[in-house]
Amino acid sequence: MPSNKSVSEEPITQFVNCRILKDHQLQREDLWVREGKILNPEKLFFDEEGYADHQVDCESKILAPGFIDVQINGGYGVDFSQGCDVRGGVALVSKRLLEHGVTSFCPTLVTSPPHIYHKVLPEMEVHDGGAEGAGVLGVHLEGPFISREKRGAHPEHCLRSFQQGSLTDLLEVYGSLDNVSIVTLAPELPGSPTVIQELVKMGVTVSLGHSVADLSQAEQAVQQGATFITHLFNAMLPFHHRDPGIVGLLTSDQLPPNCTVFYGMIADGIHTNPAALRIAHRAHPSGTNTLCGSIATMDMCVRHFRKASGCSVEAALEAASLHPAQLLGISQHKGTLDYGSDADFVLLDDSLHVKATYIGGEEVWRK
Amino acid sequence: MRLVILDNYDLASEWAAKYIRNRIVQFKPSADRYFTLGLPTGLPRDHPESYHSYMWNNFFKYIDIDPANAHILDGNAADLQKECELFEQKIADARGIELFVGGIGPDGHIAFNEPGSSLVSRTRVKTLAQDTILANARFFGNDLSKVPTMTLTVGVGTVMDAREVLILITGAHKAFALYKAIEEGVNHMWTVSAFQQHPRTIFVCDEDATLELRVKTVKYFQGLMHVHNKLVDPLHSIRAYKD
Repeated sequence: MPSNKSVSEEPITQFVNCRILKDHQLQREDLWVREGKILNPEKLFFDEEGYADHQVDCESKILAPGFIDVQINGGYGVDFSQGCDVRGGVALVSKRLLEHGVTSFCPTLVTSPPHIYHKVLPEMEVHDGGAEGAGVLGVHLEGPFISREKRGAHPEHCLRSFQQGSLTDLLEVYGSLDNVSIVTLAPELPGSPTVIQELVKMGVTVSLGHSVADLSQAEQAVQQGATFITHLFNAMLPFHHRDPGIVGLLTSDQLPPNCTVFYGMIADGIHTNPAALRIAHRAHPSGTNTLCGSIATMDMCVRHFRKASGCSVEAALEAASLHPAQLLGISQHKGTLDYGSDADFVLLDDSLHVKATYIGGEEVWRK
Repeated sequence: MRLVILDNYDLASEWAAKYIRNRIVQFKPSADRYFTLGLPTGLPRDHPESYHSYMWNNFFKYIDIDPANAHILDGNAADLQKECELFEQKIADARGIELFVGGIGPDGHIAFNEPGSSLVSRTRVKTLAQDTILANARFFGNDLSKVPTMTLTVGVGTVMDAREVLILITGAHKAFALYKAIEEGVNHMWTVSAFQQHPRTIFVCDEDATLELRVKTVKYFQGLMHVHNKLVDPLHSIRAYKD
């Protein structure tokens, strides 16, 4: 049939026979893609009188937004904080991540000496994903402005505190904040409130972690603009009924209105007890972000989280896609299957195993 | 006419759907021979419950019709009169409506041909009756101020020109209108009654819609169900007809 599309000549693909995650529910709907974005089929039909050029049969699978991993320190033999062959390492990891349904991620650097940051950061450019691998949204700097007592596996001699309480401290250590999406810091460090404010003004997400902060210090940090908690429960003071610490942010009433505090949980069954996962999720379901951590992959964590918390499939999928996108402020075009969003999505079977991964509407991995 | 009475809404819907399917298959449509299905239409194109959205979500998204062959009256057209004339022209160009499927309002109207509409009217602009506005409120969150008051509609005459007419009527609140439509005379106050003078009309209803009819009428048509059911026997699909 001759083309009669008035807006664009690019081919349109219609994904049929699938259940898509839309409006927080799995619905039996087709997904339409053109030029790497999700298309509104009703507008196509009435305004352009257009139709699909190709149809892809999804064999009744679940079609969910691609997973977004905001904390991943490496994998497959690569450690992002080592500093050797940075581009090669990122490329390898981003390629392998496709097998686990991750379409965008934030490579994470642990506490390191300044020369490592100065070398590594310029080589970790933000770029879109594609057949070569998942997209890099920006770097997550986990340290060095963290607590000594809660440093975990981070090297002690590289820890720092704020000397001037301003961005200068950060620029001295990191070199530059280009390519940086998230900074994890300990809010009890003196000078942190102004640092948090300045980072937030720059558009960097501030996360609290590796810290011995009490609840009021944590609340103050959120009032300055912090919006994330790095691996909740791990590397922070445990919940105490008279001072819940950072964990108390999940139900704090001192937070600015309309502000959601997101939190990542390593849902691998090792770093957190399933009961702890459930408590956190029940207390604050709209903030849950699944993280992969240690050697657990993202899809494994989604499955484990679902099983451990007993939540719905939709909630588990959103914890790995919508919530990270909301955290990073990119949910207009990532983390959802809304019209106009980037067509990054995964096909899953009913037990949430990844069968195929798509970026920009193109298949980039298939089992 | 045929009066097909099913037990409930779901069975009535299913019967009607099978009938339409059979008619299309028997017609053997092809690229040169279009089966023109007529449906009542006319709400202005507003979000979210526009007729376009309604038709997309309940019909078009499930079928592979070429969008160029889906013609909906555009309530936002600059010249509404012209839009109506063009619509009549498009029907003529498609060789007329093969089957018109519609419902009936509680005041007995077909499409938006409110009481008092001429029985030979064509596609035109209509002001809606209060009853119709109330009935449509459910599409607009029950907020009467949001319900459109004007609409474009096919005329009674336009529907009478269709080769066959199928009217779906379910629910006790439509029972009086059905009585007026088939057991009383042809009257422009109950515009559906015009179809008494159409050679091929079929009314599909549920038990509740027959509550105002004479027992004799209902028994007579129920007795014909074995004949009616032959009309919905499964046929081969269209593909089997392709040579």
